[in-house]
Amino acid sequence: MTAGEFYALALALLFAVAAGLVGSFALSKRMLLASDVLSHLALPGLGLALLIHVNPLVGGAASLLIGTLLVWHLEQRTGLAADVTIGVVFAAGLALGALVTPREDLLEALFGKFQPLSLPSFLLGAAAVIAIALFLFRFRDALVLSLLSPELASSVGVSLSRLELYFLLIFSLTILVGLQFMGALLASALVILPAAIGRRFANSLSHFLLASSAASVLAVLLGYFLGRRLFPSLGLGPMIVIVAALIFVASLAFGPKQHAGA
Amino acid sequence: MATLLHVQNLTVRFGRRTVLENLGFDLHAGEVMAVIGPNGSGKTVLLKSLLRLIPSTGVIAWAPGTQAGYVPQKIAPDRGLPLRVREALEAKARILRLGPGEVAIAAETAGLGEELLDSAVGILSGGQFQKLLIAFALLGQPNVLLFDEPTASLDELSEERVYDLLHRLQAERSMTVILVSHDLSVVFRYATTVLCLSRGLTCSGPPKEILTPTALEALYGAPAKFYAHHEEHGR
Repeated sequence: MTAGEFYALALALLFAVAAGLVGSFALSKRMLLASDVLSHLALPGLGLALLIHVNPLVGGAASLLIGTLLVWHLEQRTGLAADVTIGVVFAAGLALGALVTPREDLLEALFGKFQPLSLPSFLLGAAAVIAIALFLFRFRDALVLSLLSPELASSVGVSLSRLELYFLLIFSLTILVGLQFMGALLASALVILPAAIGRRFANSLSHFLLASSAASVLAVLLGYFLGRRLFPSLGLGPMIVIVAALIFVASLAFGPKQHAGA
Repeated sequence: MATLLHVQNLTVRFGRRTVLENLGFDLHAGEVMAVIGPNGSGKTVLLKSLLRLIPSTGVIAWAPGTQAGYVPQKIAPDRGLPLRVREALEAKARILRLGPGEVAIAAETAGLGEELLDSAVGILSGGQFQKLLIAFALLGQPNVLLFDEPTASLDELSEERVYDLLHRLQAERSMTVILVSHDLSVVFRYATTVLCLSRGLTCSGPPKEILTPTALEALYGAPAKFYAHHEEHGR
């Protein structure tokens, strides 16, 4: 394994942890699918960047940020639920992305490509993951109360609209870290699947966060080695997602009959 | 008695609908004020505006240093929420930067045992969830409790316990209480003052003056038969 490959794998594992944590909160907020769709908003920026030969990640970050702010703004202005506003913005974003992305780059933009990383890129990604973890640690109590009851949360002084914005931004940042090797379509899969697996084994938040992150790391590790061994020509993103889906199926067969708490 | 809360010209509008208009009253420390009135008269809206959870105009002046605890009208917890009772209480304790041990004290006061503290929030019964809400409100040692329909989802036995608890808090900690209730016998037993809300019409005073058959008929728009029944057993 070269240094570049090692950095890539290390960042993929860090991303897995962040995705597991963020996914746990997204699942509890019942906005997994909505946030999944949000991640596809990276596509128009990615495509545009490829078209004008700029670093695609910069383009993806820009359109994700704009899309996220738009979703939040619409939600605050119209009183529509996040999934509605995300749905609207997403449809427009994906169409725009498909139009502007050069044909030969479309597949890679959608499904990602596992390539060696430079040390600076790794450090940048690692810093983003640390920021995500710190944010969730700092705001976990406010998030917990908003899950229990938005009313109770605001009675303790939590600003719900600001919390919602922060969460959407952190979610987008997570997607951005995974964008390169998972692609705009699959990056969010690692937010969804591990949370679904973790939920089956936990009925407290701390266990849930642990279980989701562990499932996510396991999927990346297994996906990485299986992918390299068996299908070296294929992207690793799809392999990782398939492994995660298989772990979920296995959790149905071998896990508790009903998820705890239901 | 020191004035704990001064309300003047309080008005709340949702779009074009006026829910509360020019409401005014004073609440003194140690009082138990019951808010009564028909459905839709703005009782819950009043509590929320006092807590500044919804925008309003007019004066809401709490005495300096007032700490309010809020027990909302029954909220339905998400059944699948992977959250323990203890985690929910600890979250509030950390946000308010309370010392260690405060969660245990609030839980004990509200009658939440160790077993319930370790249960998932989603599997609690109505009465158990009510205890969680009360423990939640008591965290931070408030000196005023705002209680919205505290017994709406409880059977009579649990109802009795909630009111016993309220009574104890008031007696031991001289807690001030604002209580929204439909149960006039409860109002008669526990309230020291009554505020009635009805579209355009408000009245306030001690229960004996307010809870007369004529006044209730004016308030609810129908003879309050159940009241007379409760009065015989109430005291």
